[in-house]
Amino acid sequence: MLKLQNVNLFYGEIQALWDLSFEIKEGQIAALLGANAAGKSSAINAISGIEKISSGEITLFDKEIHKMSPHEIVEEGIIQVPEGRKLFNYMPIQENLELGAYSKRAKKDFKKNLRFVYDLFPILEERKSQMAGDLSGGQQQMVAIARGLMANPKLLIIDELSLGLAPILVQQLIKDLINIRNTGITILLVEQNVQQSLAIASDAYVLENGRLALSGNATELINDPHLKKAYLGM
Amino acid sequence: MTIVQTLISGILLGGIYSLISMGLNLILGVVRIVNFAHGELLMIAMYISFLFYTTMGLDPYVSAILVIICLFLLGVLTQRFMIQPILDTPASTKIFATLGLSIALQNLALMTLSANHLSVKTSYQTSVINIGELAVSIPRLVAFGAAVGVAVVLYLFLQKTLTGKAIRAVAMQKQAAFLMGINVKRIYLLAFGIGSGLVGLAGALLMPIYSVYPTIGASFILIAFVVVVLGGMGSMFGAFFGGLIIGLVEALSGVIFDPGLKEAIYFVIFIMVLLVRPSGIFSLGKGAEEVGLK
Repeated sequence: MLKLQNVNLFYGEIQALWDLSFEIKEGQIAALLGANAAGKSSAINAISGIEKISSGEITLFDKEIHKMSPHEIVEEGIIQVPEGRKLFNYMPIQENLELGAYSKRAKKDFKKNLRFVYDLFPILEERKSQMAGDLSGGQQQMVAIARGLMANPKLLIIDELSLGLAPILVQQLIKDLINIRNTGITILLVEQNVQQSLAIASDAYVLENGRLALSGNATELINDPHLKKAYLGM
Repeated sequence: MTIVQTLISGILLGGIYSLISMGLNLILGVVRIVNFAHGELLMIAMYISFLFYTTMGLDPYVSAILVIICLFLLGVLTQRFMIQPILDTPASTKIFATLGLSIALQNLALMTLSANHLSVKTSYQTSVINIGELAVSIPRLVAFGAAVGVAVVLYLFLQKTLTGKAIRAVAMQKQAAFLMGINVKRIYLLAFGIGSGLVGLAGALLMPIYSVYPTIGASFILIAFVVVVLGGMGSMFGAFFGGLIIGLVEALSGVIFDPGLKEAIYFVIFIMVLLVRPSGIFSLGKGAEEVGLK
């Protein structure tokens, strides 16, 4: 569904992405992996339109999106759950979710989506009047994902899901992600945590220094000697 | 009795200060830019009001809505063609840009409109309502009532409507606002427009009380800065009450000390507030940078 072709991205004179190409298939969980500063964030910010690419092409269902502004890309159905949650901390949970449904495409399904996220994360409904900034890390991540789902995504990009969370919480959130995928939403996990991501992803793409170093089926990648050595310490 | 009389006229005038300061604060909290040309917007608003009066015979209260619209559009244009291109530049660039705009507008007015004081004549400008021994000036009462009304409407707009929430979201967490599909540039235009529109209303309400001249903005912008810092940057509540407080202080210092000392007095208070509570009386508290606007 989403295709990057020979994407190059610069910050001033520094090149962050080099001829990056990959394709995400509809209905799966894909993983974009790599160490810190490998270009993961640059790649997804290019997809979301926050960074403008200098050459190459990004298409969603064969429609060019790389010239669109961020809010137009949201209308196309690509939603990013940013690293570090970036909630509207001084607003209650419910208002965070309302703002998630700000786009035109999301407004029509507001009630349905609100029901869906409250069923997915019942704790959020119990605490809907509580300020987002006062929640625990795990609950904040739930709000961030729920806010993203409120936008009615075709593709949900989740940047560093596991960052700063206890493993048991991450396990639970991963189960939730599988439930989300089962409703037909494609998910792109962007992670430093290679092992965990490969365990639930179908396809994975590994970035190194802004270039695609490895890609393929997750179950095959997990046995790749280079990947084992570089990321899993084996 | 004089003291009560003074308190009343102080608070009433404070309403105007509140309007101007809320506008300044809205722009500061959302667009994160200190608009030094805010005072000149007031000057322009008053000239427009005067123009409607002399050419079409419109009473300043009648033309207020037109002045608000003109200033809203002027704010939108300023944001679009002057602020937007420099948003990603260092703070000093932004300061020089709005300060430069302020000086340019002042001198443009001096050149084209001369330094004469212009005022309108209305039937009500010297009217008072007598309550016992107290005399309350009608134009000041109207100005105060309008300021309170607009403050309430603005508060409800920011808290209850989706657009208002989006404005606060941009102020609070710009990147997430982008990612939720909020058109941040448009929110900036809107915030600058509303902030300027508030000045438009202030100008229209001031016209029956003051005369207009090219540098009138300078004295009001100074007050607005004091009010915003006093009330707490980004706090709309603080800007409203800060305006009333400064109005009071100004009136009282005129009676107790000397009218010429009023600015000195409120700057003393201002410095004291900064020493004791640097984030302002109604500060947004921890993470004020993040709250942006409240």
